[in-house]
Amino acid sequence: MIPTSHYLFLSLGMFTIGVIGVVTRRNVLLILMSIELMLNAVNINLVAFSRLAGSAEGHVFAIFIMADAAAEAAVGLGILIAFFRNRETLLGDEMDLLKW
Amino acid sequence: MLDQVTFYFFATLALVSAVLVVTRRNVVHSAIFLITALLATAGIFLQLHAEFLFIVQVILYAGGIMVLFLFVLMLVNVDASMHRPQFNRQWGLGLLLALALGAELTLAIAAGRSGLPLGDPASAKMLEPSTQVVGKVLFGEYVVPFEMASILLLVAMIGAVVMAKKKV
Repeated sequence: MIPTSHYLFLSLGMFTIGVIGVVTRRNVLLILMSIELMLNAVNINLVAFSRLAGSAEGHVFAIFIMADAAAEAAVGLGILIAFFRNRETLLGDEMDLLKW
Repeated sequence: MLDQVTFYFFATLALVSAVLVVTRRNVVHSAIFLITALLATAGIFLQLHAEFLFIVQVILYAGGIMVLFLFVLMLVNVDASMHRPQFNRQWGLGLLLALALGAELTLAIAAGRSGLPLGDPASAKMLEPSTQVVGKVLFGEYVVPFEMASILLLVAMIGAVVMAKKKV
């Protein structure tokens, strides 16, 4: 059996790469994709601990996170399309209508 | 032995795909590598004997959310953004902070991992017919959050339709 800490390190690696994607890239679609990466990292963490504890609650929480990620991706992409229709730009730096 | 080979294969695939997601210039390439990363995560779930989550991950994430991303990629014009600089102005500071976060969490896991019990196969056997056990817990204890999740998905659907309309 693989020690649980190996799963935790994998989850940590994916999460950090997702964070790097969010804070470094300009393209908003890429930012949304990095958010999906982070959510998946958390899912791996939950399922590893669930297997350790022998209780299915980690699995259930992971299912809720997946449903939530689907809803969030749908709404986020809808907002992105609406914004793109008006401003023709996909780069986060150029979405500065609220700046002073 | 097969356990370890499977884990290291899927873990390497997931991490390499994740790195490629955040570094590609072409957004469509990033989307394809994200699909690979999601399928590798599904492989990790299968290796953890979480069969229900494995199939939900493949169907929902790789087959639903990523198709949504690719449709949006087709609708917006990505060519214009491909020739501009890809990383924002504060990329150095952001990278530093993300690595600091990663280092902090690595230290936390490394310090605490001797406290994690080794995990006996008996507790893992309690999750064995994965779908049945998950179904029992989901529709037993967590039926109220389940209904709220369905309301959340309904609201998200309505929101997405409203966003996509030309005239609200």
